[in-house]
Amino acid sequence: MKKLMSGNAALGEAAVLSGCTCYFGYPITPQNELTEYMAKRMGELGRVFIQSESEIAAINMVLGASVAGARAMTSSSSPGMSLKQEGISYLAADELPAVIVDMVRGGPGMGNISPAQSDYLQATRGGGHGDYKTIVLAPGSVQELTDVVPLAFDLADKYRNPVVILGDGMLGQMMEPVSFDDIKPPKEYPKDYILTGAKGRPARMVRSLLFDTKEEEEHNWKLVRKYQRMESSEVRYETYLTDDAEMIVVAYGIGARIVRGAIKRLRQENLKVGMIRPITVWPFPAAAIQEMAKTVHDFFVFEMCAGQMIEDVRLALAGKGHIHFYGRPGGIIPTPIELYRIIARHYYTAARRKK
Amino acid sequence: MKKAYVKPKTLKEAHFHYCPGCGHGIINRLLMEVIDEMGLREKAICVAPAGCGMLLYNYFDIDTLESAHGRGAAVATGIKRVRPDNLVFSYQGDGDLAAIGTAEGFHAANRGEPISIIFVNNGVYGMTGGQMAPTTLKQQVTTTTPLGRNPILAGHPVRICEVFSMLDGTSYLERVAVNKPAAVIKTKKAIKKAFQCQLDGKGFSLVEILSPCPTNWKMGTIEACRWIDEVMAKQFPIGVVKEIS
Amino acid sequence: MTTKTIFSGFGGQGVLSMGFTLANAAMLEGKYVTYLPSYGVEVRGGTANCTVVVSDEEIASPVASEPEFVVAMNQPSFARFQSILQSGGLLCVNASLVNTASARSDIEVLAIPTSELAEKLGTIKVANMIMLGALIKASSIISFDAMIKNLAELLGEGRSKLIKLNREALETGFNYVKE
Ligand SMILES: Cc1ncc(C[n+]2csc(CCOP(=O)(O)OP(=O)(O)O)c2C)c(N)n1
Ligand code: SF4
Repeated sequence: MKKLMSGNAALGEAAVLSGCTCYFGYPITPQNELTEYMAKRMGELGRVFIQSESEIAAINMVLGASVAGARAMTSSSSPGMSLKQEGISYLAADELPAVIVDMVRGGPGMGNISPAQSDYLQATRGGGHGDYKTIVLAPGSVQELTDVVPLAFDLADKYRNPVVILGDGMLGQMMEPVSFDDIKPPKEYPKDYILTGAKGRPARMVRSLLFDTKEEEEHNWKLVRKYQRMESSEVRYETYLTDDAEMIVVAYGIGARIVRGAIKRLRQENLKVGMIRPITVWPFPAAAIQEMAKTVHDFFVFEMCAGQMIEDVRLALAGKGHIHFYGRPGGIIPTPIELYRIIARHYYTAARRKK
Repeated sequence: MKKAYVKPKTLKEAHFHYCPGCGHGIINRLLMEVIDEMGLREKAICVAPAGCGMLLYNYFDIDTLESAHGRGAAVATGIKRVRPDNLVFSYQGDGDLAAIGTAEGFHAANRGEPISIIFVNNGVYGMTGGQMAPTTLKQQVTTTTPLGRNPILAGHPVRICEVFSMLDGTSYLERVAVNKPAAVIKTKKAIKKAFQCQLDGKGFSLVEILSPCPTNWKMGTIEACRWIDEVMAKQFPIGVVKEIS
Repeated sequence: MTTKTIFSGFGGQGVLSMGFTLANAAMLEGKYVTYLPSYGVEVRGGTANCTVVVSDEEIASPVASEPEFVVAMNQPSFARFQSILQSGGLLCVNASLVNTASARSDIEVLAIPTSELAEKLGTIKVANMIMLGALIKASSIISFDAMIKNLAELLGEGRSKLIKLNREALETGFNYVKE
C-alpha cells in the first residue's frame, strides 16, 4: 500500500523497519521532520531517541550505540555535517557501522535552507581527517530514499563502516507516494567486536590510536583493501536512454530528476541525449562512464553546486571526450525547461564542432 | 608473611607508561581494585579519553573503547542506552572534560545519564606537554601561561563538581585526591560509591580526583603531593559536593 | 498530462491541507504526484504555500515555475503568484478576501466567496474545502467522484461527522462553478 509521505518522515519509518534501535540528532532545517518523526516513533517502540546537545554529541552517541552492538543513525544538514566529521572519522577508524543522513542545503557557512548538492566532495572524500571512505548513497525520489535505508544499514554492517545517505532539502521536504512493502526484517550480522562486558571471554578493545607506525600503516592498508572491495562490489547507478546517445548527462539525486524531464523534451526534438545517474556517488561508477566514452564523446555534468562531481567525471574520463558543465549553487533548482534549453545549446555546439 | 599489596586481577601485566609520581597509575589501580571487589569485570565497559589516560586498554582487562578527545560522556551515553545493565564509565582529564568536552559532560549530567565519570584533575594538559587547562590555578605557570595564569586574559579555574551540582540530573559528586595514603583510601571509597550509584539506578555520578602531574608542574614527586594539599585543594575543596540518597 | 497547482494564503487558512488532500486524492486515483510545502524562513510572517504536481507519468520536478493553476486565499498571495501563472492559466481566488481588480488580462479568474459559502455550512473552517471543490470542477485535475468515494481514507476513518461536513463543503464548491 502506498502512503503520501515527506522524504524525511519516510526515511524515518524505513529506518525503524530496518531495525534502527537508536537515533540521535540535533535540530537543523531542512531535516527537522526526520528528528521529529524519530522522537515520536522511537518513543512508541521503546527504542532509544536522544535530542543531543550538538551534532558532535549526536555522532559520538551513535558511535557508543554502535560499539555496544546497536543499529544507530543520526541525521543533519550541511553545517551540522561539518561538526560530525570528527566522529565519522573515528567510526571509520574503529570500523564501526553507522548510518548518517545529510539533507544538504545551500552553503558555505550558514548558507540557506534551500536544496543543494554542495556537500558532494565532503561526503565522497571521507570528509574528516585521515585516510578513509564512506559509502555514499544518493537517492532521487522519496521511494528511492526509502529503499536505500535498509541497504545503508546492511552495507554498514557488512563492511563495518559508516554509510552516508546524501539527500537535499527538497528530497526531505517533498511528499510523494511511498511503499514500505519491500523492506524485509533486518538481517542478523555476527558482531564479534562489540563491547558487552567481558563475560566469559577475553576483554575487547576498540581503538584508533596506533602509536606504532607500522601497526598504523597495516591498519590503514587493511582499510584500503576494504574500500577496494566496496569499489568492486558496491557501485550502483542507473542509465536512461544511453544506447544511442551522442551526449550523456551525468547527474544524481534531485538534479537527475530534472535532467530526466529535460531529456524527455530533447528527445521529442530528436536530440540524442541520455543520462547516467550514480546512485552510489562513492564508489563512483567510473568504469561505466569509461565504457560509455568508447562511443560517446560529449558528457554533460549537471549539479546543484558550483562543480564538485565534475572532478569524478574528469577522473573517470581520464582526458577522453569533452566535458560540458552546468551548475546552480546556492539553493536554486532550474526547471526542466531551462535545463532542456541549456543542454540543447551545448548539444548543437558539440554537433557543429564534430563537423 | 602477610601480603601488604596484591595486584588487582583485572589489572593487566603491563608497565604503566605514566611518569614517576603521576596520579594516573594510582587511579588506574584503584579502578581495577574496585571492579574486582565489586565483581564487575564482566559487566564493566570503559570509555578512555584523549590524554595521558588514553592507553587505559593496555592496563584494564575489561571492555574498553578509546573515544575522541572530549566525547567520552556522549559515547558512554550511547553505550549505556543500548546496554543499561552494564556498568559504563568514562575516564577523562580536565582538558577532556572541562574544555573540549564540556558540552557533552554537562548535558550527560543534566540528562541524568546513569553513567559514571572518573574525572582526573591535574590542572594541566599532561599529554600535550603541560599547557594551561581550564582547571589551572590563578598565577600558575604552564607552557601557555609563561607568566602565570592571568584571570583577566585567561579566565578562572573551573570547579566542575560545583558546576555540575547545580544540575538536577546529577546524583553523586565528590572531590577526592590521590596525594597521600589516607586520601587514596577515600578515593577508592568514592569510586565504589559512584559505581554503586549507577548500579542502583540513581543516575549520574562523577568523582573528581586531584592528581599530581610532577612532570608538568616541574616539581619533585613529594613536593607535588604536598602542593595538592597546600595550594590546589584551596581552590578545589575536598569532599562530597552532592549526594542524593 | 501533467498539471501543476500552487496553493497559497495565510497560515491557518488550511492552505497546506488543501494541497495535501488534492495530492492524496490523486495518489489514490493511481496518478503520479508530488507535494512540496514551503518551509523554514519562508513560512515565517504568516504566509504558507505548497505546490502539487499531478501527472500520468513520472514527475521530473516538484517545483512549479509556471503553474497551470493557482489558488490564492488572500491578497498578498494573489499579488505574488498571479505573476508566475502560465498565460491562459486559471487563478482561483477567495473572493471574500481578495480584490481582483489588478488581475492579468491573459489569465482566467475564478472568484469564489468561500467565507460566505462556508458560513452557510456553519463553520468558516471548511472554506478551504469549498475552494478545493471549485478547483476540481474547473480544472478536472482529478475525478471528483473518486475523491468523494475516497474521502474516508483521505480524512481518516471513523470521523463520520467530519467526513460529512467536508463532503458538503467540497460539493458546495464543486456545484458553485458553472459548467
Ligand atoms: C580534537 C583534538 N584536539 C587536540 C588533541 C590533542 N590532545 C590530546 S590529549 C589533550 C589534552 C589532554 O589533557 P587532559 O584532558 O587534561 O588530560 P591529561 O593528559 O592531563 O591527563 C589534547 C589537547 C586531540 N587529541 N584531539
Ligand atoms: S605528563 Fe603528567 S599526567 Fe601525564 S603521565 Fe606524566 S605526570 Fe602523569
